[in-house]
Amino acid sequence: MTASLTIRGLVKEYKPGQPVLKGIDLEFDGAGLTAIIGASGTGKSTLIRCINRLVEPTAGEIIFAGEDIAKLRRGELRNARRRIGMVFQEYNLVERLSVMENLLTGRLGYTGAWQAWLRRFPAADIERSFALLETVGLASFADQRADSLSGGQRQRVGIARALMQEPRLMLADEPTSSLDPKTSVEIMTLLKEQGAAQGIPVIVNMHDVELSRRFADRIIGMKDGMVAFDGPPAELDHAMLKHIYGGEGWLH
Amino acid sequence: MNAVPREWHRYTSGQRLARFTFYFFIVAAVVASARTVEIIPEFLYDAPEQMKDLLTRMWPPEFRYYPDGIHDALIETIHIASLGTLLSIFIALPFGLLAARNLTPSPTLNYLAKLVLVSSRSVNSLVWALLFVGIFGPGALAGTLAIAFRSVGFVGKLVGEALEETPRGPIEALEAAGASTGQRVWYGYWPQIRPAFWSIVLLRWDINVRESAVLGLVGAGGIGMAMQAAIDLFQWERVAMILLSIFIIVIVAEIAVTALRKRIL
Amino acid sequence: MNVPAPRPFRVSTGARVGFLLLALYAFYAASQLDFTWDRFITGLDNGARFIGRMFPPNFSNWELLIKGLVESLQIAVLASLGGILISLPVSLLASRNLMPSWATWPARALIAVCRSLHPVIVAIFFVKAVGFGALAGILALVVASIGFIGKLFTEAIEEISLKQVEAVRATGASFANVILFGVLPQVFSRFVGFATYQTDSNLRSSTMVGIVGAGGIGGTLFAAFQRFDYDFVCAILLSIIALIMVGEMLANLIRAVFVEGLGFGSRDGKRPAPAVPSAAKEFD
Repeated sequence: MTASLTIRGLVKEYKPGQPVLKGIDLEFDGAGLTAIIGASGTGKSTLIRCINRLVEPTAGEIIFAGEDIAKLRRGELRNARRRIGMVFQEYNLVERLSVMENLLTGRLGYTGAWQAWLRRFPAADIERSFALLETVGLASFADQRADSLSGGQRQRVGIARALMQEPRLMLADEPTSSLDPKTSVEIMTLLKEQGAAQGIPVIVNMHDVELSRRFADRIIGMKDGMVAFDGPPAELDHAMLKHIYGGEGWLH
Repeated sequence: MNAVPREWHRYTSGQRLARFTFYFFIVAAVVASARTVEIIPEFLYDAPEQMKDLLTRMWPPEFRYYPDGIHDALIETIHIASLGTLLSIFIALPFGLLAARNLTPSPTLNYLAKLVLVSSRSVNSLVWALLFVGIFGPGALAGTLAIAFRSVGFVGKLVGEALEETPRGPIEALEAAGASTGQRVWYGYWPQIRPAFWSIVLLRWDINVRESAVLGLVGAGGIGMAMQAAIDLFQWERVAMILLSIFIIVIVAEIAVTALRKRIL
Repeated sequence: MNVPAPRPFRVSTGARVGFLLLALYAFYAASQLDFTWDRFITGLDNGARFIGRMFPPNFSNWELLIKGLVESLQIAVLASLGGILISLPVSLLASRNLMPSWATWPARALIAVCRSLHPVIVAIFFVKAVGFGALAGILALVVASIGFIGKLFTEAIEEISLKQVEAVRATGASFANVILFGVLPQVFSRFVGFATYQTDSNLRSSTMVGIVGAGGIGGTLFAAFQRFDYDFVCAILLSIIALIMVGEMLANLIRAVFVEGLGFGSRDGKRPAPAVPSAAKEFD
């Protein structure tokens, strides 16, 4: 079972008259990791955040599982967000909470406030948390506070938190930009594996072209708020990279 | 997946026990207080109406009362706050020096100085005022001394802490040059704690302006005396005018302190 | 200041003028307030007799003393509970990073009003409104608590990391759950710090509001003063100081359990201790 995501005519203006996204049309179908690349300030992060409306789109449609997310009311939007996992550049864990509590955060969309306050989560959620901690290799860390972890460990918790949502779509906003090269590869491997295991599309913002070539099934190149390239990594040649990023000295 | 469902708790059992113990005591204290405190329910139900009545009688404040007794009392209040703060500096500094462990290497003296500072802070300024009214009779002198004695603990404690946080380097240099204790304090410590010192004094003056406004309620001078008199005579519009004056003077003091702190720091 | 060649250790002209003005002001103010040497000397005489009559403290009227202290405690407990329970939502409403301005504006105004009035003045009003007794004291200290906790807690909430909040929002959590998991963990230890500090402060104030008839030991103290019962005054003062010191110890213990995760059978909690709330200390 896969949910398709269709973006049509997506426009975002932070200031009126100065669009950051100038009409994006994209389709995501089935499993597979899509990397969005592009120079800083081209709206990669805005695009990803528009999909779950952490940033309000100015115009356009975002159709996910048959619903236009851009038009949902607050309650409906929350229900839609429950099905979209998100991983952040700076991990965005709740630092004062334990690793376990951070994972359980992924179930908050299904938990009443009183249960959440008392930390009374269903046994199945607890079981799933422990299982995911084993999956991401942090089985013995459940009771550690999130702020005592290293960067790579934090991002694993971030991924586990997103997976707790049993997402039908996974978004990742520069998940490796704050990590060293070795850890970056580990995190990308984990994202790719888990996306395949769940059979869901994974959309990742990246600035590292080599890393995106290595892991992505599809690459979207953005330039000036528009899609400049959309295709398999093999088709991304130097000419296209030069077009997306400008200049060429960095290519060698 | 394991066959046996794993359990997770936010706290260890010892932590939970400690928390429950405290929750229990808090609930017990609240229940015990609520059950035994002498509250007359009729008064409670009546309260909103009574408040409304009082406020309508106070509104609007009568400005023509201001020159008639309020202005002078307000100035007196500021004098009490300022003189009390100044006086407290002279009393507090020796104790602050004695309380600082790096400056006074005698634990006994540190302890005694701290005891004095703690006692000063434990007694409320209104209670200090009662004491000094008993000694010196009603009036601004009692108020000034009350403010001074209450402030000693505050200024002394914070100055002592500021002294203890001074970096050792410059002082060791002075010691190496053979400076006496007095020279070390004046040339080594004072320049380093000066900004902290003035900001402590200004902060206390700000608090003292608020406090000196109520000392008159026990006869220790200032605008509180004017307020007590107005309340006794049920002149509610006058009370409102006094409250408004206090409100304004408190805000002006806060603005002045913020501005001065910026210049000093 | 553009002093051409600053010599070390030289007191600047500005500072000299400042000190001179301060000294002049002190003399002027002292003369305005009619401070005279005679009055001071007479007072010292009085003071010696006063202190002589305070000792030894007289505890024979202990029933009255206990009754007053218990009432002060009741006032402090109930006022703290009320103040803490009210200031939590008020602070959330007043935080500009979480709420739209139609919510923050009235909440901030409420906090400002509560803060600007001295608790004793508020107590006078409640005495007029609800009559003499503990209720007036409780209400007055609730107002003071809202002012203090409300201001500092609002500032604490406005300093939180919004990234953590964003992550919780992205999971589809309800607003209440975002507050519970995204906001409160970041500020809870500071809230406990402010709340225990204010409870401690309420205990001190509860011994004083009785002076204006708002219940507690303060009324007993004031009456003893007016009867010149100075040995009883001394007994009351000693009891108040003892009560306040016990209160301070309890406040430290509460902080240890709730903030540092101290538990029975564990010498230290399993969580590292977060930074001690230091903003409250400044307020003495």
